[in-house]
Amino acid sequence: MLLNFTPADYDAIRLSAKVAISATLLSLPFGFVLAYLVTYLSFRGKTLLEVLINLPLTLPPVVIGYFLLLLLGRNGWLGRVLEVCGIRIIFTWKAAVIASAVVGFPLMVRSIRIGMESVDPQLIQASRSLGARWYDALFTIILPLSMRGVIAGSSLMFARSLGEFGATIIVAGNIPGVTQTIPLAIYEYAASPGSEAAALSLCVVSVILSLVVLIFHEVIGRKLGKRD
Amino acid sequence: MEIRVDAGKSYGDFAMEFDFAVSGERVGLFGESGSGKSTLVGMIAGLLHPDRGEIFLDGDCLFSSDRQINVPPERRRIAVVFQHHSLFPHLDVRANLLYGFRRTSPENRKIDFDALVAVLKLEDLLERGVNNLSGGEKQRVALGRAVLANPRVLLMDEPLSALDDSLRFQIIPYLKSVSEQFAIPYIFISHSLVEMRLMADRVLVVAGGRIAEETTSEQLARSRMGQSPIGYINLLRLASPRRVGTLFAYPWGNTELFISAGNDQEEALYELSSRDIILCKQHPEAVSARNLIACRVVNTFESGNRIGVELASGKERLMAEVVEPAARELGIAAGVELYAVIKAVAFRRLG
Repeated sequence: MLLNFTPADYDAIRLSAKVAISATLLSLPFGFVLAYLVTYLSFRGKTLLEVLINLPLTLPPVVIGYFLLLLLGRNGWLGRVLEVCGIRIIFTWKAAVIASAVVGFPLMVRSIRIGMESVDPQLIQASRSLGARWYDALFTIILPLSMRGVIAGSSLMFARSLGEFGATIIVAGNIPGVTQTIPLAIYEYAASPGSEAAALSLCVVSVILSLVVLIFHEVIGRKLGKRD
Repeated sequence: MEIRVDAGKSYGDFAMEFDFAVSGERVGLFGESGSGKSTLVGMIAGLLHPDRGEIFLDGDCLFSSDRQINVPPERRRIAVVFQHHSLFPHLDVRANLLYGFRRTSPENRKIDFDALVAVLKLEDLLERGVNNLSGGEKQRVALGRAVLANPRVLLMDEPLSALDDSLRFQIIPYLKSVSEQFAIPYIFISHSLVEMRLMADRVLVVAGGRIAEETTSEQLARSRMGQSPIGYINLLRLASPRRVGTLFAYPWGNTELFISAGNDQEEALYELSSRDIILCKQHPEAVSARNLIACRVVNTFESGNRIGVELASGKERLMAEVVEPAARELGIAAGVELYAVIKAVAFRRLG
């Protein structure tokens, strides 16, 4: 009786997974590069960059959503450029991906950075003096040794995406089958009388997905921890 | 190898200024910790950026602040063996060894992998993860990895400091045989005078962020004899022992040395402090010490308020020390014949 899903619910679950996976994959390369920059390089404006990276952590997601709307909307400077190219982002699932990626980005960068900071700098020096250029050392030493942080960051980003609500509803709307992810569907059920069971079913799905991600995170973390 | 450095670097109040040129195949950098040795090594290897100055290796400019030259570490071909092995934990022994080799251009690959593995006795370890190695094995792999990068110079930055005493002297023969067999000049950095004596000919003494002295390891040991709490350490490489009761007798000079710490190994390294040698003008009839060696004084030198006495027995040399009044009373001078009295327990086996 509990887990009784309508086709729209299945759409929401599928969409949630799609958005979370896309947001994670989209932000991973950027997150890795930014984590590298703030961990290993010193340059002017580094503090400002760090503040900007962490800003989504403290801003209300609704505010982020609103800024994205201004940026990507028909009159936004990026939105206008995209419209010329025939790309529409606002109120599509792509907007949900971007909203999730932005909101989860600080978590990802932070985790990767912690992973990179745990790499003994002398290992990097050793690789350089053995003939590795900086990018060679990055891919053969830093990346494998900070893999724990990369995986932790990715799973946090994935989990955060599954729960994203505030920014998503503003920039992607709440269109069933198009942009309605699990949290948005629950919100809609909660607002309509007599849908408690349906809301609860989706809540259970949410809990299960979160648990799976966290268990995966722990298991991988422990495995890599043993190796080091 | 010829290295020329005229470079400065400051950390807060600690200003380092190095200005020297040194050539040789076995160069030592000797100094207390915190004297600036590691900074100098980092600057030569390209891992630290000098504030100003120039660094040349065999005539090639590696760094010049005036000419804005800073050759990155990967193109200097200077390999470093660190105090802590710094092996890559995610790679096995073979992959660690080959890390530098694979990044060396083919025309520079002069060292054969199998030959090196044989010299370092790593055959049975190749497939192992580096976390499953003992401290000495790790340092051997680290050494092999550096050598396989076919460097122009090997920088050994206190490679033995993290090892305990018995292990240190097991590793030294590897360090020597690898650099000799594959003809790689090295700079050996240490705060241990004994290690300096075993590993280096020319020695630069680093103190307070400067090169305080350029000398030889032998000269350094003599000049430090007077202040050192352990005196001058005689290093004796002895071979072919013979068991005599509970002692071991090793042929040495015109006689034999009786040593209680001996063993049946064909060759062993012993240390003997200059302070553990008593000098007698005449043959003492009955003493408990097991070694009574007739020697000739080769020369004497002053160090602090001590007199160092270099003794000869056949081709072998031994350094003893006495205080000035004793030297006067015994009339110790070059050419004088003396007896050296040494207890069998005074010899300490190093490896």
